[in-house]
Amino acid sequence: MHNENQPLIFEISKPGRIGYSLTDLDVPEVDLSALLPETLIRKQDAALPEVSELDIMRHYTALSNRNHGVDTGFYPLGSCTMKYNPKINEAVARIPGFANIHPLQDESTVQGAMEVAYDLQEHLCEITGMDEVTLQPAAGAHGEWTALMMIRAFHESNGDTGRTKVLVPDSAHGTNPASATVAGFDTITVNSDENGLVDIEDLKAKVGDDTAALMLTNPNTLGLFEEHIMEMAKIVHGAGGKLYYDGANLNAVMSKARPGDMGFDAVHLNLHKTFTGPHGGGGPGSGPVGVKKELAAFLPKPVLEKNDGVYTFNYDVPQSIGRVKPFYGNFGIYLRAYTYIRSMGPDGLKAVTENAVLNANYMMRRLEPFFDLPYPQHCKHEFVLSGRRQKKLGVRTLDMAKRLLDFGFHPPTVYFPLNVEEGMMIEPTETESKETLDSFIDAMIQIAKEVEENPEIVQEAPHTTVINRLDETKAARKPVLRYTPATEEELVKA
Amino acid sequence: MMHRYMPMTEADRVEMLNVIGISSVDELFADIPESVRFTRDLAIKEAKSESALLKELSRLAAKNADSKQYASFLGAGVYDHYKPIIVDHVISRSEFYTAYTPYQPEISQGELQAIFEFQTMICELTGMDLANSSMYDGGTALAEAGTLAAGHTKRKKLLVSETVHPESRDVVRAYADGQQIEVITIPQKHGVTDVEELKKLLADDTAAVLVQYPNFFGQVEELQEIGELAHDNGALFVVSSNPLALGILTPPGELGADITVGDAQPFGIPEQFGGPHCGYFAVTKKLMRKVPGRLVGETTDDQGRRGYVLTLQAREQHIRRDKATSNICSNQALNALAASVAMTALGKNGARDIAYQNYAKTHYAKQAFEKAGYTVLGGNAHFNEIVVDCKRSVKELNKHLLEQGIIGGYDLSLTYAGMENHALFAVTEQRTKEEIDALVQEMEAVHA
Repeated sequence: MHNENQPLIFEISKPGRIGYSLTDLDVPEVDLSALLPETLIRKQDAALPEVSELDIMRHYTALSNRNHGVDTGFYPLGSCTMKYNPKINEAVARIPGFANIHPLQDESTVQGAMEVAYDLQEHLCEITGMDEVTLQPAAGAHGEWTALMMIRAFHESNGDTGRTKVLVPDSAHGTNPASATVAGFDTITVNSDENGLVDIEDLKAKVGDDTAALMLTNPNTLGLFEEHIMEMAKIVHGAGGKLYYDGANLNAVMSKARPGDMGFDAVHLNLHKTFTGPHGGGGPGSGPVGVKKELAAFLPKPVLEKNDGVYTFNYDVPQSIGRVKPFYGNFGIYLRAYTYIRSMGPDGLKAVTENAVLNANYMMRRLEPFFDLPYPQHCKHEFVLSGRRQKKLGVRTLDMAKRLLDFGFHPPTVYFPLNVEEGMMIEPTETESKETLDSFIDAMIQIAKEVEENPEIVQEAPHTTVINRLDETKAARKPVLRYTPATEEELVKA
Repeated sequence: MMHRYMPMTEADRVEMLNVIGISSVDELFADIPESVRFTRDLAIKEAKSESALLKELSRLAAKNADSKQYASFLGAGVYDHYKPIIVDHVISRSEFYTAYTPYQPEISQGELQAIFEFQTMICELTGMDLANSSMYDGGTALAEAGTLAAGHTKRKKLLVSETVHPESRDVVRAYADGQQIEVITIPQKHGVTDVEELKKLLADDTAAVLVQYPNFFGQVEELQEIGELAHDNGALFVVSSNPLALGILTPPGELGADITVGDAQPFGIPEQFGGPHCGYFAVTKKLMRKVPGRLVGETTDDQGRRGYVLTLQAREQHIRRDKATSNICSNQALNALAASVAMTALGKNGARDIAYQNYAKTHYAKQAFEKAGYTVLGGNAHFNEIVVDCKRSVKELNKHLLEQGIIGGYDLSLTYAGMENHALFAVTEQRTKEEIDALVQEMEAVHA
């Protein structure tokens, strides 16, 4: 990485330079001031940058050099499944017959795209053990909300309007309670027990005739399989509630256990995680939802169907929760996921899970002597270390995460889940080699030694990045959220 | 098995099992109760090689009619525009597309700075004080604007113009349903929001008035009056806007908008069957802490060097959980990057020129239709779409047009009662005079 500051594109701008090529107008010129009301005509051009094409390419190349992706190096960010993003996916998504089709074209002119979507639905049904799948949700959180709205509609259709609460374990992703709120529910937190699993007694105490659903990640965010899942399903179903599966961790159980066989009524998947989306620097994602037959009547509109070999969108779904997104979901992303699934096949997906879980356990055992491991049983695709031991020596998990940057690694997810003190959540994925895992492990061991012998080097890390730790308090106290020439001067003065 | 995406060899496996102290991988799954253990093979299609799969999928793609082979007059929220070739080169740099949310700013300055620049460009176009790092799409951005307004005003009614995209209105309704917010439609008159009806509907329980600019029929609404009416009633004014149109139209921020949302798809993002596109969300300063999703802010390190971080995160789900402003977690960062590159390539002059061309071509089409005896809805206050009474079934007409290599307009009878035979045609800068003439001629040919 280069150490010099990269100017903002606005600071490179010079009046008169252009980076575009428009065809000359082949219809008569118009006089906007004669045709549009004065109040509607823009008086001052938007101050977008004025740069040449090479300026643009150099600028963004410089920015890319200041960014770490999976293609740059190891990225064991727990619960995010930062696996390799296959290049065939990118090639397929750019085929003109997929990239340049309009969602409102006549269905007869987009049968190829609809076939992909339909076949993907079938594949996802089989992988999850669910009866129906909708591809519409744009991301995991969007899928959570979609499924909760369906569960709500289901209860209401039974005249069961008192189910206002959603149970969420304390180890759950933050999106779970947030989605429950957006769907109009109150969240009740269920505690974990000493083994890192849902406390069954606490669940029993909190479930009731006001329970709409229990949202569960399995394996949970500690990377542990909820062994008592069937008992939990019985408890929740017995009280009339539904079971919701957060599919963020599906990479851990593909072809080993299916949500549909574990008693779950609804599931969302993160195609950008398990099925190589890619992650795109934060998105776009894709968050399909699978449901059991009982909930199928409430699927969002339109429902993709196949009749006599012809694919159609069915808008006549009387009990549907309505439309959760314009058009049909993030086609460009689920097309990539479909390409991935077809590249792997049944044996491939099974090997994905086995290798991901083996990699995680190998790392966990090698790191166990150097860090606290609150839950020592075998893990699934990820595990959570605690930095308690190092904290006693004055070094926090955040410091160790920053120190990893000096070794060229992206740090694990830190301070999550919330039920582990100074947590470091490590997910290697199946696409990393043993050599890569070993070099990361060596770096972690070295850092653990540094904490004992030379803690400053960790506390003051990173030392090799283009910038040191940034002042986040300043950023939040006096937010500068856009470029203006004036704020740049102020910032320098401050 | 060996696969090109999985480097684990048999020797690696043996070594790793030894370290763990087990003899087979199966032992790692022993905690899955037998009753739920999946023991058969997944009944999905067998793996295909890279070439075979590419061939199969290319064949499927070839079944679709794409806008590179056909002259498309279909818009209705998704447009065929000039995409500078450089856009795809930038977003193909895998340091961008294989990264995730920039949680570690020291190794994510590229993404963070790119988003900061995106936020700035959206502010420039919309005239708003600040913008977030992007939303899923224009429809869900509008829905989140509605729920934000309800939360902010503590009122439970949204007035949404009938001239807002029907699919976006559906999404607003679905989001509102979850939070017991009532959605009321403001009727349209002559293709624009009926201000007299709006006056009747406005009340002291109105959280917000939601309109589109240019609206679904391509008409440019008089925002100022609507905004004033909303504000007089203590409601927020929400505008959904095609950002490309803002190259020539007065920015909503100058016309009273409290929240401006929309989709940046017209800037460098392919249609790709409706998604992923790129919602944007921009607000006035007073709503800064209510914004959903990620915000990137500028700050410095201990050496005084300028840098960028995710900021004001106390609004977000991973901190605030059930008290968050929204459940949104991922955004459309890669598409925001694509839009940024396209906005940068167009720049100050290109943003105006491309918008002007859209107007001029659409105006030419309008006159051509009128000359041929068709009624076109509204006057000259259009942008790049017009509503034409085709005097026959649009479905039938489109079938004929397709045979002539033309993808026709959007059939308004699908979503608007009383608009039988009416089509919404989009005429972007990509359409040539010849194509426009051919469209009008072929419509005539059908009648003949």
